[in-house]
Amino acid sequence: MAKPISLWTTLTEPLIRQNPVTLQILGICSALAVTTSVATAVTMSASLTVVIVLSALLVSLIRRHIPDSIRLIVQIVIVASLVIVIDQFLQAYFFDISKRLSVFVSLITTNCLVLGRTESFSRNNPPLPSMVDALGNGLGYSLVLIVIGSLRELFGTGKLLGYQLFATTDQGGWFEPLNLMLLAPSAFFLIGGLVWAIRSVLPEQVEAAEFTPPDTEEAGR
Amino acid sequence: MSELAGLFLSAAFVENMALTLFLGLCTFLALSRRTGSALGLGIAVVAVMGVTMPLNNLIYNALLKPGAWAWAGMPDTDLSYLKLIAFIGVIAAVVQLVEMVLDRYFPAIHASFGVFLPLLTVNCAILAGSLFMVERDYDLVESTVFGLGAGFGFGVAVVMLAAIRTRLAYSDLPNGLRGLGITFTIAGMMSLGFSAFAQMVSP
Repeated sequence: MAKPISLWTTLTEPLIRQNPVTLQILGICSALAVTTSVATAVTMSASLTVVIVLSALLVSLIRRHIPDSIRLIVQIVIVASLVIVIDQFLQAYFFDISKRLSVFVSLITTNCLVLGRTESFSRNNPPLPSMVDALGNGLGYSLVLIVIGSLRELFGTGKLLGYQLFATTDQGGWFEPLNLMLLAPSAFFLIGGLVWAIRSVLPEQVEAAEFTPPDTEEAGR
Repeated sequence: MSELAGLFLSAAFVENMALTLFLGLCTFLALSRRTGSALGLGIAVVAVMGVTMPLNNLIYNALLKPGAWAWAGMPDTDLSYLKLIAFIGVIAAVVQLVEMVLDRYFPAIHASFGVFLPLLTVNCAILAGSLFMVERDYDLVESTVFGLGAGFGFGVAVVMLAAIRTRLAYSDLPNGLRGLGITFTIAGMMSLGFSAFAQMVSP
């Protein structure tokens, strides 16, 4: 079962090819709000990766003992407990950043990515592959967050991780900070562009065209 | 009264859950293909938020707040770190109820939700509403109004997006942009539009 090659694919597939954010639309809820600077993006990524790996391990360890009917509650309680630990840890050691992240660390609890992986993978697989899969997804998520965080911080303020890279005009330099990059819409545009870029390189991800008229009178009316 | 109206408007438009705070995006994007299911989602979110926020407010103030156990002779007890689990429990229970009601009386809507109705439990917007309520110290009435406003704003946004996407089905887009890419771009434009509300209502 645990062949090294399959473990390696499990780890690397979610990085770009099966990226949880850009392909499966999981976990973007928190992905965009915390990307105004690299520091918050990195903190968020690290917290999420820790939570997702540990919850994968725990769920996978007790997977044979969870009745199907209450598995969601069990999984959420596991995730929520881990998130509380991370939240308290951040408040104790990185107070400034935890203030800037405000409620978003707690919102890892409801991150679809964490629940999606425990629900679809850890529940059916032994601990080691589950952890590797979770790690891969955590890293894929982190990659997107850090790319978007860097772009927004660089073009919004001319800084990267707090270091001034572009000299801004009010300091006598040439760079006019793009305030839009720090506002909400830019994150949508950036992630849309990122999806476009990835799908241009990997055409197999392109969604099928919908040329048939959508039947608006269907279910839901 | 006018403060409450202001709170409702600011929760619905200035701090729109989906478009300016990026909350609940998974459901926002996944259920906005058809206006029918988007409308259903909007109504479900308003209902769930309108019920869970006051409940969570009561639970937080009566049991979890620092000093809440003073009447029992334990004024130093601070259970506020348990709020996450308590809130999630309440939300899960309410979502379960909504699911049962829909299944019984509106089976068509229930069918169109599919797996996403139970996922309302893990909708960031709903949990975030309760967490914001704690952070901003709302009382019972304020938190009800805030919950209804935030749910309403989310519903409006999701129906608008669904309406645009229905039209987009006929458009001729570059291959890579089709589907998710254009949806994000449109959400960005709507978000630009909503940020104009910030000038109208002072939060």
